[in-house]
Amino acid sequence: MYKIIKAEFIAPNVKSFILEAPHIAKKRQAGQFIILRVHDKGERIPITIADSNAEEGWINIIVQGLGKTSAHLNTLETGDSLQDLVGPLGLPTHIENWGTLVCMSGGVGTAEALPIAAAGKAAGNRVISIIGARNKDLIIAEDKMAEVVDEVRISTDDGSAGRHGLVTDVLQDLIDEGIKPDMIVAIGPLPMMAAVSNQTKEIGIPTMVSLNAIMVDGTGMCGACRATVGGKTVFVCVDGPEFDGHQVDFKELGSRQKMYKKQEEESHKCFLERQMKKMKAEQMKEEVSA
Amino acid sequence: MKRERPQSFNTVPMKERMIIPRQDMPEQDAGLRSTNFLEVNLGLRPEQAVVEAQRCIECKSPTCMDGCPVNIKIPDFIQLICKEDFIGAAKKIKEDNSLPAICGRVCPQETQCEEVCVMGKRFEPVAIGRLERFVADYAMQHGNGSVESFEKPKSTGQKIAIVGSGPAGLAVASDLIKEGHEVTVFEALHEFGGVLVYGIPEFRLPKSILREEVATLEAMGVKFVKNFIVGRTMTIQELMADEGFDAVFLGLGAGLPRFMNIPGENLNGVYSANEFLTRSNLMRGYEFPEWDTPLYRAKHAIIVGGGNTAMDAVRTAKRLGADEASIVYRRSEEEMPARNEEIHHAKEEGVKFMNLVNPIEFISDDQGSVVAAKCLRMELGEPDESGRRRPVPMEGSEFVMDVDMVVIAVGNGSNPLISQTTPEIETNKWGNIVADEDGRTSMDGVFAGGDIVSGGATVILAMGAGRKSAIAINEYLKAKVGSST
Repeated sequence: MYKIIKAEFIAPNVKSFILEAPHIAKKRQAGQFIILRVHDKGERIPITIADSNAEEGWINIIVQGLGKTSAHLNTLETGDSLQDLVGPLGLPTHIENWGTLVCMSGGVGTAEALPIAAAGKAAGNRVISIIGARNKDLIIAEDKMAEVVDEVRISTDDGSAGRHGLVTDVLQDLIDEGIKPDMIVAIGPLPMMAAVSNQTKEIGIPTMVSLNAIMVDGTGMCGACRATVGGKTVFVCVDGPEFDGHQVDFKELGSRQKMYKKQEEESHKCFLERQMKKMKAEQMKEEVSA
Repeated sequence: MKRERPQSFNTVPMKERMIIPRQDMPEQDAGLRSTNFLEVNLGLRPEQAVVEAQRCIECKSPTCMDGCPVNIKIPDFIQLICKEDFIGAAKKIKEDNSLPAICGRVCPQETQCEEVCVMGKRFEPVAIGRLERFVADYAMQHGNGSVESFEKPKSTGQKIAIVGSGPAGLAVASDLIKEGHEVTVFEALHEFGGVLVYGIPEFRLPKSILREEVATLEAMGVKFVKNFIVGRTMTIQELMADEGFDAVFLGLGAGLPRFMNIPGENLNGVYSANEFLTRSNLMRGYEFPEWDTPLYRAKHAIIVGGGNTAMDAVRTAKRLGADEASIVYRRSEEEMPARNEEIHHAKEEGVKFMNLVNPIEFISDDQGSVVAAKCLRMELGEPDESGRRRPVPMEGSEFVMDVDMVVIAVGNGSNPLISQTTPEIETNKWGNIVADEDGRTSMDGVFAGGDIVSGGATVILAMGAGRKSAIAINEYLKAKVGSST
């Protein structure tokens, strides 16, 4: 079992976990991920490592409760344990001094962009962070990001914080202001990464995206995570997770992400029903003892 | 090599032995079993096992042992069955093979021990595989023979890391723990057994049997570490330099699925056999939503390929409720690499065989899911480098059929993880690790065996390679002690 040293919500439905993982913490580099199972009948899901500490032997992951497994995971508290945890997986981010690096992130992607932004800064880049979210409550890691980069800009879909609009609008603002990015890193939901890649392809700025694909083993054995990049099939788990955004077939990956939509909904429903029953039973127990 | 003949306990006169029919193994009814994941074969009954053993004509120079990749003392264990000493027979097998309950189930005996059985020249060969399975199961049910008789040898203080808990790794672990070494097995997945757990279905090899075999090794002192990817969690260099391992054995398996590189292969509903079987076997997708991992339940599934993996996949698709589950194979049944027993069982369960057919494209609906396969009919031409007649497309034979799931089972390449992280270890152009006959690689103290060296093969060949490596590792460790004192 793998101990949860600390678990806390950092935004609605978004939880941060500090996990005891000395081996992984020692090896892990920016851009790599882990695979975990919540319980003994659980599925294997990949999650990017947001932070780690080799001396103290822990890693940090940020989880948005979207489907059954992530919702179940987000019910776990400090002191609980995970069934399985393995990593670090995937190739580390390639970092160099490009000049001006713009890290664009959406949703929990900001936590995953943070180590890359920090590594980019350490390599000598001027780093600008563009954080996008649906509304201001869903912005995470803004303070931490501000500590490591030169400038942070925010956009929200509803205008409740920063610029009213999308991260692509903010990028356009930057360019209009005369800032010429030499490299873009985009991490977030697939439609956001696709939109950024489209935009930067037109204006000719190299763009790296971190793909999130469905995985099983995560070591190249099964091929569940295949994607088309530059017309060739790649395995996201061993060839990635980072690729040239201008070469990725986002449409195919988008439909592959929805491969089990129906089953996922069914599984999530079963889970919620079980949770409800559990809550009701606990309520009844409390009433009886009162 | 001349060896002493075992004492005979066979009371049946020689002439009568030849007219005893080969004993059929009871199996689950085909109609019933194609709807469940319980084991198909039920194993011989004790009285059947004795009768089968009595069919052995006790050849002066038996050939069966030479047909076995680990040279099990077949004549000896057969006589012990005649004596009804089933535990003794199991122990005799375990002298050479640490996983008899597994090999008794998944070995292709018809091309190994049973192929060369002298009885088979005029009659049917002795059912050596069924006997092996019987005594192994009997020993498991009646107190495990190998642990009772295992006396822990004096510790050498030397540490061996085994990478991968598949058949090769388990064979090495078993042999080296008996030499008094400290043995640790590292596994990347969350269960032990490698291909035995993710690849071979429950209905052919129940997981409980595998767990028993692993538990036996654990009781003998082998340490098992799961969720540990050598190359990522720790490199081979770190294992040796920082963690003090004196030698490393790599039994990584051939874990990289091959695809056909035809249009539509990345559509939803198109699986590699590895993914489909892993979701079903390791992740128990067939028990979704009780278990979390989803798996397609197709109406019409096709499985491309003709090997044992293809048979496992097609029989799994059938059990998941497919109205039609078909094998699509570009050669004819004669060239199929799958075991006869698997082909026979698949047919009994209602699997359709579309031989001399090859898909060239998978067609999608507007949601990106596969709905049809475009195929060509083939005919056999001149023999190719494998000696089998080369399939060539027939002109104007193109046709389209409706399918809602495709499983590609055309073999495996080798996993690149170790060669990526340990360039010192030489690999060939296919990515297989280069090793000599005893498993020595180009890196001092590092040995390798099984599919990562040979390319995709069988469980027993991997175990055979593991046993050879175990001898070489033992010699290496002895020399190491010698040179340091």
